[in-house]
Amino acid sequence: MDWIDALLIPAIKSLVVIVVLLLAFAYMTYVERKLVGRFVRRYGPNRAGPFGLLQPIADAFKAIFKEEVIPTEVDKWLYVICPGIAVAGSLIVFGVIPVGDSFMAWGRKITMVVADVNVGVLYVVAMAGLGLYGIFLGGWASNNNFSLLGALRSTAQVITYELPMGLAIASIATITGSLRFGDIIAAQKTLPLIILQPVGFLVYFISGMAEINRSPFDMPETENELVSGYSTEYGGIKFAIYFMAEYINMIVMSILVATLFLGGWQGPFAHLSPLLQLVWLVVKAAVVLFVFIWVRASIPRVRYDKWMKFGWKFLVPLGLANLAVTAVVVALVA
Amino acid sequence: MQHYVFIGLFLVVAVLFPIIAVGVAYFLRPKRPTPEKCSTYECGLETRGPTWVRFRAQYYLYALIFVVFDIEVAFLYPWAVAYNRLELFGLIEMLIFLGILVVGLAYAWRKGALEWM
Repeated sequence: MDWIDALLIPAIKSLVVIVVLLLAFAYMTYVERKLVGRFVRRYGPNRAGPFGLLQPIADAFKAIFKEEVIPTEVDKWLYVICPGIAVAGSLIVFGVIPVGDSFMAWGRKITMVVADVNVGVLYVVAMAGLGLYGIFLGGWASNNNFSLLGALRSTAQVITYELPMGLAIASIATITGSLRFGDIIAAQKTLPLIILQPVGFLVYFISGMAEINRSPFDMPETENELVSGYSTEYGGIKFAIYFMAEYINMIVMSILVATLFLGGWQGPFAHLSPLLQLVWLVVKAAVVLFVFIWVRASIPRVRYDKWMKFGWKFLVPLGLANLAVTAVVVALVA
Repeated sequence: MQHYVFIGLFLVVAVLFPIIAVGVAYFLRPKRPTPEKCSTYECGLETRGPTWVRFRAQYYLYALIFVVFDIEVAFLYPWAVAYNRLELFGLIEMLIFLGILVVGLAYAWRKGALEWM
């Protein structure tokens, strides 16, 4: 193990992953606006470049050159670093997710994952909670009543929906016998887990949408009651970074759903080329992302108290029941 | 351990990114603050009352129940991973543990801790 293996390759991998995620974020905003536009019979962005394809770039320049007002009342330090915490927290989750098997380059075997740790899923659950600090402290630091409410709601919502999510993951672990992403993907070689765990998939999917604050469950930023929730006092590049964190969370969540339940990078002919594995993963994640956007365009926002009740009184018991049934069935089969 | 070094590197790159973005914007953006501009926006009207006050107890209740359940879920992970090797004993023991969890949830439910008032 020389320094190239130990430092250079992981550093390059990290850079590639982060740059790709940022580009994916930029065009995700475009795709979402275009799709939501079509859902309600509008055109969506169509001015900058052909089909509006340059819109994300125009938005990025706008965010960078925008005057940034730091209100006098805020807690300055927290106010400045919180968007950074949020986006770093959402990027770091991606470090353990394999996007393919491995390939040879310059005589070296390069695995298509930054670090396939043996507690990968646990790591994801832990790190996903980290980004919440960015949202909560940012809302608190803004010194604004609505931001504080948004921050509190976001915390209550995320911790509520972390439970069913954890229970769904535990059901997966009883089947696969491992928390390493590589093993979970390998266990889905013949049958994706969505078929063995349909209820687990539903529980995971709904709580996933709650975790990433997607509309119709975007309680932290309900525009019509909390203005814009935790991000009201933010502008310019800091708002753009919050926005980025939200979209990267969404992309990472879709890739997690694809990896945990849809077989990850596996698919017909996937063993032929690492590029094909990547394509399979992207296709699966794109389907999940489309469903996220579809749900947003179709369902009105739920009421906060009902949404919390749904989590505690329906999803948590359902997750527990699913885990118990899974355990009994696995014991009967084995 | 090697893997965690990789994750550390990844974290460094991930943290560098927002620093660079905010830094670049700092040098490029105009800076013309006025007192009006720097007042709290909130919803466009004058802000009323202090923000950093005590908030409703329901949030704390949720947080408390969450801590209990999250630790119990954390206990479930090692059991789930080792499940194939535990045989019948593991199953029965875990069903008892899940039963205790359910009793706890039922208690919180009955006591009204899950109601959003």
